[in-house]
Amino acid sequence: MGSVTATVAPPISRNIIPWFRTFAAITGSGFRRYSTYRQATLAGAFTNTVFGFLRCYVLLAVASGAGGAAAGYSPAQLATFVWVGQGLLAVVLLWRWTELADRIRTGEVASDLLRPVHPVVSYLATDLGRAGYAVLTRFLPPVLTGLLFFDLALPTRWQTVPLFALSVGLAVVICFGCRFLVNATAYWLHDARGAMILWTLGSGVLAGLYFPLRFLPDWIAVPLWLATPFPSLLQTPLDVLVERDGAGIQAGMVAVQLLWVGLVLLTCHLVQRRAEHRLVVQGG
Amino acid sequence: MAEWTYRLRRGPAYLALLRGQARSQASYRTSFVVDLVSNVGATVLDVLTVLVLFRVTRELGGFDRTEAMVMVGLSSAAFAAADLMVGNVESLRQYVRTGLLDAVLVRPLGALPQLLLMDLPLRKASRAVFGAGVLVVALATAELAWTPGRVALAVLTPLAGVVFFGAIFVATASLSFWWIDSGEVGAAFTYGGRDFTTYPMTVYSGWFRALFAYGMGFGFVSYYPALALLGRADPLGLPGWVGWVAPGVALPAAGLAAAVWRFGVRHYRSTGS
Repeated sequence: MGSVTATVAPPISRNIIPWFRTFAAITGSGFRRYSTYRQATLAGAFTNTVFGFLRCYVLLAVASGAGGAAAGYSPAQLATFVWVGQGLLAVVLLWRWTELADRIRTGEVASDLLRPVHPVVSYLATDLGRAGYAVLTRFLPPVLTGLLFFDLALPTRWQTVPLFALSVGLAVVICFGCRFLVNATAYWLHDARGAMILWTLGSGVLAGLYFPLRFLPDWIAVPLWLATPFPSLLQTPLDVLVERDGAGIQAGMVAVQLLWVGLVLLTCHLVQRRAEHRLVVQGG
Repeated sequence: MAEWTYRLRRGPAYLALLRGQARSQASYRTSFVVDLVSNVGATVLDVLTVLVLFRVTRELGGFDRTEAMVMVGLSSAAFAAADLMVGNVESLRQYVRTGLLDAVLVRPLGALPQLLLMDLPLRKASRAVFGAGVLVVALATAELAWTPGRVALAVLTPLAGVVFFGAIFVATASLSFWWIDSGEVGAAFTYGGRDFTTYPMTVYSGWFRALFAYGMGFGFVSYYPALALLGRADPLGLPGWVGWVAPGVALPAAGLAAAVWRFGVRHYRSTGS
């Protein structure tokens, strides 16, 4: 019989250029949309900076208590880890994205399904625009503050900088995919709050926000890295930047991120398709 | 006198608000249980973080694990209880934005107690119990030389901490009377204050430590009382009696927060519609 869903892919493969143009337009509008929240941006950058001080002092104390270096990080590397991490937190947007869940609950998601762009694609494009704006406004203030008040480790290998940029881009996409999946539980549960609380709890600590995951014993850290997307959200870009490991492992960690991008986006696609088969939009 | 009896008569009204809240939250039983469980999670993670740090180092700012855990216990017990009772005032900015605050202000009850009771997050009760548990375990494992004075201090300090964190919650939330989008700025001092008080103050340095510890008073919530309980001299050079000043800091802080709140309510202009 075959079922009809609103997001059966239009024949995009024939002409890829308009597709890219649409994607870029949505990304641009995402950038502009988030650039209107100026006061919230200021408040967020301030808070990230305060937490940067708190976490940086604690980790530096750990390093000095451990006799100079902690789990292979020098004090300067730890300081970079904390301050760049505080900046990245808003770029990958670990928390506070409930847009899709809200739209599912209110039924507004119906209008997303009527558009000629797949919902995963259009939400991803918007999110990339948001991340671009966050790089300018939320990433730079804590990083510059860190540079001003602490001794930060700067990259020494030429390939670190492009690799870091790539790693951040991949982290944004993986984080978007995870948030999309958490929000998508609302298709089944109507209220995604439980899933979101679990995500908020787990993502911070498992992504390496509270302490570098290398502080954990290997038998926890390695499976965490390979079998869950969490370290790919913050820990990997940060480890790439501070050059915690040799060039080989550095590139390998980014390769793991690439695998997770594919896996997470594929899951989003499948989940969205399943959801559309059972979605009943309430109200009239 | 008249004012006093009038206030007493409001009691049943507040009680009714609280009962209504409890009933409505408990009616979604599964999600209430999920909420209870996941709310413990945040405090569990805070404690785990400290333990992970002590896996890498044997001492943090000159304190070993059992000593640091006393500070963790004092901080988390006080913060979790304050968060349960007052933390919800954070949502003031939503009330201001949506205009719900107008409805609150026209009722013949105090605005602040109403807001707190209107959605008292009972799900956070689990966290408060856990926080208190951490304190009890930390005090038990630290093998303190108990004296009547220290027992009194161990009881008095978390209570003062609750008042102090409550004051911080109210003061930072009041910011949204003037600045609706100030939301996250409050978190820098409420959750930031919790993080600051979790670790020995010797970890921080310079103007940042001076600002948080003495300027805002967070140093007296856990660090100095813990020194007095442990019988250690302050590496930063303050005398031993400073461990006892927590109530002396908390009460003025509460007074100040109340004044800021009242000033804010008086200057509140509805967003209108």
